[in-house]
This record gives sequence, structure tokens and C-alpha cells, in this order.
Amino acid sequence: MQFSHILIRFGEMALKGKNRKHFERQLLENVQYRLHGFKKAVVKKTRGRMYVLLNGEDPHQVMEACQQVFGIYSLSFAIHIENDVEQLKEAVLHAISEDTEAKTFKISAKRADKSFPVPSDELNPILGGHILRHLDGVRVDVHDPDVELKVEIRHEGSYVTSKDYRGAGGLPIGSTGKSMIMLSGGIDSPVAGYLTMKRGVEIEAVHFHSPPYTSERAKQKVLDLAEKLSVYGKRVKIHIVPFTEIQQKIYKELPDSYGMTIMRRMMMRITERIAKEEGALAITTGESLGQVASQTMESMNAINEVTNYPVIRPLVTMDKLEIIDIAKKINTYDISIRPYEDCCTIFVPKEPKTKPDRNKTISIEQTADFSEDITKALHSREVVHIDSKKSAKQKEDFSDLF
Amino acid sequence: MIYLDNSATTRPFPGILDTFRQTADRYFANPSSIHPLGGEAERLLGASRERVLTALGVREGSIIFTSGGTESNNLAIKGAAFMHQSRGNHLITTKIEHPSVIEAFESLESFGFDVTYVDVDARGHVNPEAIREAIREDTILVSVMSVNNEIGSIQPLKEIGDVLRFYPKIYFHVDHVQGQGKIDLSLEKTGVDLCSISGHKIHGLKGTGMLYKKKHVRLFPLNHGGGQEQGNRAGTENLPGIVSFTKALRMIEEEKMEKKTELRGLRDYLYESLEGIDGIIVNSPIHAAPHIINFSMPGYKPEVVIHALAKRDIYISTKSACASKEPDKSAVLEACGAKDEVSTSALRVSLSYQSTKEELDIFLSSLIEVKNSLVQTSEV
Repeated sequence: MQFSHILIRFGEMALKGKNRKHFERQLLENVQYRLHGFKKAVVKKTRGRMYVLLNGEDPHQVMEACQQVFGIYSLSFAIHIENDVEQLKEAVLHAISEDTEAKTFKISAKRADKSFPVPSDELNPILGGHILRHLDGVRVDVHDPDVELKVEIRHEGSYVTSKDYRGAGGLPIGSTGKSMIMLSGGIDSPVAGYLTMKRGVEIEAVHFHSPPYTSERAKQKVLDLAEKLSVYGKRVKIHIVPFTEIQQKIYKELPDSYGMTIMRRMMMRITERIAKEEGALAITTGESLGQVASQTMESMNAINEVTNYPVIRPLVTMDKLEIIDIAKKINTYDISIRPYEDCCTIFVPKEPKTKPDRNKTISIEQTADFSEDITKALHSREVVHIDSKKSAKQKEDFSDLF
Repeated sequence: MIYLDNSATTRPFPGILDTFRQTADRYFANPSSIHPLGGEAERLLGASRERVLTALGVREGSIIFTSGGTESNNLAIKGAAFMHQSRGNHLITTKIEHPSVIEAFESLESFGFDVTYVDVDARGHVNPEAIREAIREDTILVSVMSVNNEIGSIQPLKEIGDVLRFYPKIYFHVDHVQGQGKIDLSLEKTGVDLCSISGHKIHGLKGTGMLYKKKHVRLFPLNHGGGQEQGNRAGTENLPGIVSFTKALRMIEEEKMEKKTELRGLRDYLYESLEGIDGIIVNSPIHAAPHIINFSMPGYKPEVVIHALAKRDIYISTKSACASKEPDKSAVLEACGAKDEVSTSALRVSLSYQSTKEELDIFLSSLIEVKNSLVQTSEV
């Protein structure tokens, strides 16, 4: 016996009134996109629910993939069988033995098809007894079970559903617009990207690359991070902006202590320009209040002055450990801790201003003209497309060896 | 040549050496070097790791590349014991494990660990209940092999895993060296925390292998140094070995998909034929791994039989090539309760997916010839 379906339930989305149709369509598209590797699986939508017909694909792999799609509240495996007690027995046994963590269970049978000879209150002990006889180490707990197996007897057949698996929550990506994220390669920015995406936002990324101060591997690191993020969306477009000249100019021509603040302002300006070109209406950063010199209240104030785009800072109130937890969950942590220099760790002033004065920053900055440098950096940026569909294939470059 | 000693080692698959040579030549840089050559080697290493995870059908967890089964077993057992000795010093294994497991446990006894060696039945099976009974408050590790290397018995790992489900703090190590590519084992469903696999038993190269480690399982490393393999095994990675191992793992899984039934059929044929020969006792259980058959010719010295067959260009072995405390006596068969005349005259035939019925027929007729021409060296 095998699970034949995965049931998908959406939570918050269901509340969104007139937008609901649009959200549902977006979610359907996103689930289909995420399951592209499972050629036989088919995604269907009915009123208020969505399900995946597995058609022989590995249920756990498909489940895991679905759990990464934003906009899904919870999921369950389901087995479709005929209205037959023996098949039901086998189905409930299968459903529970797939869940190795379960120690207690409860059966909730519902008989919509009244022509089925066994009433539901008689069916519960029959099916429960079958499990107890065949499985060691599990017992019944009707009040607080680890697993509630739902059995629905309908005219077209019976459905047995397993426990609820948690979905990723949030809103379907693509349903709330686009934001330009500043992706450094550290631990924070990918998490900020993930959380922005969670609210249904499509992201594009900007990365500042300063060869030879930063290496190809630092760039690769950012591409790898973007690939991890692309799993949750569809594609991530990355703008790799050459930043060496601007950094050197800041370092040479402006006072050391304001170098960091001004560098950040340059980055913000460039990001805003790219956002404008690409039709993104916001900028996302991984800033967390007070974490480092550039993230004090004064620094944020001085840096934010260059843009009037909304700056989404999902991590602003989070502790480092909370951020690390999420980074580990979304598999970006191990990539982020690869020890390569990034553009923020070079040219670090000996004593950076932790409380830069906004007006002083502006007047210092005016002593040099960066407009040409910014335009030049924008023009010579490299654009890389990462597609979750194709990234599996990009990895094949060693395939002649394997 | 008729090679029937595939449990000792296997001949590398075609293309394995090419992969080794190409990797050694093209990706010679150290994956830890920060220049682009190192970066490329590091990416190849990462790609290998991901492919191994996929081949094993696990979704998360880490792969520690090692020098083979013995190292993997030692790292799993000693690594788990030393890391968690503050929590308990009781370990459980069985009486029929491979020497690299048994001896690792024996070495731990000298450090004050208490080891329970669980008995097996006459067919070489561990009773999951016996494992349950052996568990104590201070048990930290249970190690059971998937397929016995001498007689091919398959251990009830799923059932043992079900027992251990209720003891989440006890690590479950599986020595899967003989089972990989021959029997199905779902590491996640079975609840395996650590699993050893060797390269040269699956038509890869000597000096390659791996240890699977479930997420959150922590080991005390045997090798300290540059922090390679996520700090579990220091030392510059053997990238050509690792890549060739990855390839062998893929190929053996493909062979299994294609030829499992065929191999099973060959073994059944051999099993029945051997049982039909007068004076031969088949020691392997009927339901066992599809590639190992152990039998005894009481009264004949196994070494003599092997040499006589070798003269006819047929290669089989006695018990495990690695176990030799008492000459010719099999500790595994002894643990199964076999009489001395059986446990001292055991021979092992081990097949590969390349074995054919013609080869087995030649082997069988040669065996009868040898049996008839040799003088019994001891009374039965």
C-alpha cells in the first residue's frame, strides 16, 4: 500500500476576500513549479483545497518539496481506497507505520456514504484494534494523540489521511510584488531574503563584488545562497556589481572613520537604481538593530537617508541566535560560514563611527563626486539567473566523472 | 577465471579507474586551498557528497568519507562511545559482527566501557527482543550489521530500529559493508544514526568508503587536524577515491535494480545444488543475502579445498578473510551453535551481479571432483 495523495491546506490566504482567486492561482503555479522534478505528480485545485496526485512518486520527497512552498498552512498524506473494511485496515496501518515518531494515535472515522455497512463509531475500534495488533509500541490516546488518522467514507471511495505536516506558512511568492535584496554572503541576508519571500514577495538580489580583494569563491558563495533561496521561489536574478573602484576611492579620498557609512550609502544608492530598472518597489536588507557598527540606530538613519524606497528589514528586532536557527533550517548557514572575505570585511576602518552624524556624513560625502563611478558600476554589472528548475542541471558539470 | 570471493573484495567496475585517474589529474588541488583550483576541487567534493546522499535515499544527514569499512566502523563505535561516555558507558553489539566491530568494542572494554555481546540463533539472526532486554539506563550505542559477512544472514534491522525508537538517546550503528547494493535498507525508516559502507565491496577501489551520520549525531573524531569532513575526520580529502566511490555506489544501485531477481535465482540454484551433494552442510539460512553462501565439508580442511579449486582457476574463500584467532574455526558459526566439525570446515562462496549459471555449474562439478579426489584429513 502507498500514499496516493498529498492534501494541501492554506490558512491566511483563505481570508483574503477578492484576492483569493489570484492567490490560489499563484499558489497552484508555485506548487507545480516546485514539483517539476516529479514528472508523474499532478497538482489539482478544488474549492478551498488543493491536492497532489502522486501517481507513484515518492510521497516523502514530494511532501518535503511542498513544505517549502509559501502559502501552505498544513499538509497530510492521504490514501484513496475502495469502501472496504479490509482495505481500510491496511490503509490505517500503513498511514501510521510511515510515521516513525508516533507513539499514540486516534482514529476519527466519518461516514458520508451511509450505504457503507459499518457505522463510524463501530469502525473506530475495528481499525484501531487492527493497528494495536500489528504494531508494537503504539497505543490509543483519544485526548492528545501524536497522530490523528482521519478516515472519510465517501461515495467515490474512502480516504485515510495521516497526521498534519506543517507547511511553510506565509503567502504565495509572486502575490505581493518584488523587492531587491542586498545579499552579502553572510548569515543574515539570506535569512532576510527568506522571510521577505515568506510574505509572498519575489526577490532579486544585488551583490557587491570587489576583486581581487574578494575572490571568485566569495561570489560563488552568493550564487550558492541564491540557489538555496530559489528553492522557495522560482527564479532569483542576481546583479553582481563591481565595487572595487568605489571602495578604493572612498578609502583614498574620504576620512577613514566615515568610510563604512559612506560605503553603505553607495550600496544603497546602487541598489535603489537597480530596483527602479527592474520594477522592484522595495529594498530588503539583513540588518539587525545594534548588531554591528553599521547597524546602530544612528548608522541606519544616516544610510537610509539616500533612498525613499521602503527598506524591508525582517531581522531588525531579532537576536543573532534566532537568525542562525532560521539559517540552519533553510540550509544557508553552512554556506554563509565559508570563510571568504566579502566586500564588507575589507577596508574596515580602524575606528568606524558607530554613531555617525547624518549631516556630517552628507557634507563629507560631497567632497568627492561618485556619480560617474556609480553609473559605471551599474553598467558593468553582471547578471546571473538562478532557476530552481535548472539549478539541478547546472550541477551536472562533473557528470562525466560520476 | 571464476571469481566467487566477492565478499572479500570485488573487481572495480569498468570506468572506475578512469574516474580515479581523471580526478587525480584534473582536480589535484587541495579542496581547502582558497584559490580557484581549490574551489573547483571543493565543489567536486560537495557534488560527490550530494550524490551519495541521493544514492542512499536520505534527505539530510552527513557523509563522512573514510578509507573503508574498518575505519567507518571504528569511527562510529569509538567516536560515539568517547563522545558520550559522560552519559553512560554501556554498549551493545552482537556475537557475529565483523572483527572491525568486535575488536573496536573489545578495545573500548579496556577503557572501562561495559559491552553486551548479544547471542544469535542457529541461523545467525539476532532477536530484537534480546536487544531490548540488553538495554540499560546507561546504554549509549547499539551496533548491528545488516548482512553477516560469513553466512549472509540478514538482521532484522527494522524491528531493532522499532525497539530503539523508544530510546532516542541510544545511537544505532549499522555495519552495512556486506549489504550495500545487495539488500534494501532505508536508513531513515529504520532509524539508523550511523551506517558504514565500503568502496571495494561494491566494485569501487580499496581505500575508499564512508560513514553516514544522521543530523545532530555527534562523534569524537579519531583523526584531529585540519577540520575536514565537518571536523569528523581530519586529513586532506582523497578526492579521486571519493569521486570513484560515488560512481561505484551509483553503479551498484543500478545493478541492483536491474539484476536483483537474477542474482537471487542464482543463489537459490547454488543453494539447492549444494544441499544435494552428499557430505556437504549448507550453513547459510535459506532466506538471506542474495550473494553469500556458506557451507561446510566436514572432514576436509578448508584451506586444502581452496587450493585445489584455485588450481582449476576457481576462487572461493574460507570464513572472513580478516578473522583468524583460531586457525580455520569460524566464530560466527560457533555463535550459531554449529558443531566443531562444521565450524572448522566452512567455505564461503560469494557472488556478484556478474556471476553466471555456467560459472556455478563449473564450480559445482569441480567441487565434487575435488571432494572425491581429496583424502579426508580428519574423522567425521
